[in-house]
Amino acid sequence: MTIEPLADGHWDGCQFSRRDVLTGAMIVGVAACIAPLAAMAAPAQVEEELKKLYAGKPMADSKIKLDLPSIAENGLVVPLNFDVESPMLDKDYVKNVYFFAEGNPNPVVAAFHFTPLVPKASGQIRIRLAQTQIIVAVAEMSDGKLYTAKKEVKVTIGGCGG
Amino acid sequence: MAQTPTPKIRMPATAKAGEVVEVKTLISHEMESGNRKDKDGKAIPRKIINKFTAKFNGNELMTVDWFPAISANPYQSFFVRVPESGTFTFEWLDDDGAVYKAEQKVTVS
Repeated sequence: MTIEPLADGHWDGCQFSRRDVLTGAMIVGVAACIAPLAAMAAPAQVEEELKKLYAGKPMADSKIKLDLPSIAENGLVVPLNFDVESPMLDKDYVKNVYFFAEGNPNPVVAAFHFTPLVPKASGQIRIRLAQTQIIVAVAEMSDGKLYTAKKEVKVTIGGCGG
Repeated sequence: MAQTPTPKIRMPATAKAGEVVEVKTLISHEMESGNRKDKDGKAIPRKIINKFTAKFNGNELMTVDWFPAISANPYQSFFVRVPESGTFTFEWLDDDGAVYKAEQKVTVS
């Protein structure tokens, strides 16, 4: 199909303009990308989990050092390091640390429950990531204060099988 | 499961009183997530270790809930304080109810 302006300089209304064609292609493309993600947890699901745990209490963006590789070649084994700043005393310690994966089939990854007998709320685990996504850490202190940290990990090969 | 999960612990056997030491734990386990399908398209049932517990002389130090996003052959490192000579015990609880245990004696010098 050739598109040529009519003699009066306007485009012929019954032909597809270049913009129509491009928009159409984009809609199809976006739909194709979204469909396989429907089965995965979304940021909304992480929010929901947090609401269940903490009923929407505000969180400060500090105290947690969350360390994951920026690019994970193998989503089956991704090292996750964390360190929550706290004196770990009987009256002031890190009670719980949760990790969430926004792009996994199940949003919760792990939940650490500490006692003041632990000298520091720090450690490493190895996790599975199904796709490129953001990992969210939430720490709850003994006084009820909440802290959070986020890190995006690009995953080359997903780790959920299929 | 092809074989019984075997835990491995790496931590110092001696320490100064009150010293903070790192514990590295590893256990062989498939951590079947429940999301995979076999070659006939049937879902493979979930079978993971869902809880880890660390104790010192019987007092609980920490517990960790694990979900299917934990990698196979789960590795976990963390820190403990050694207040006195004693025994650290570590337990892994399987979905099927089995408990795998490991112990490490630490002497305060």
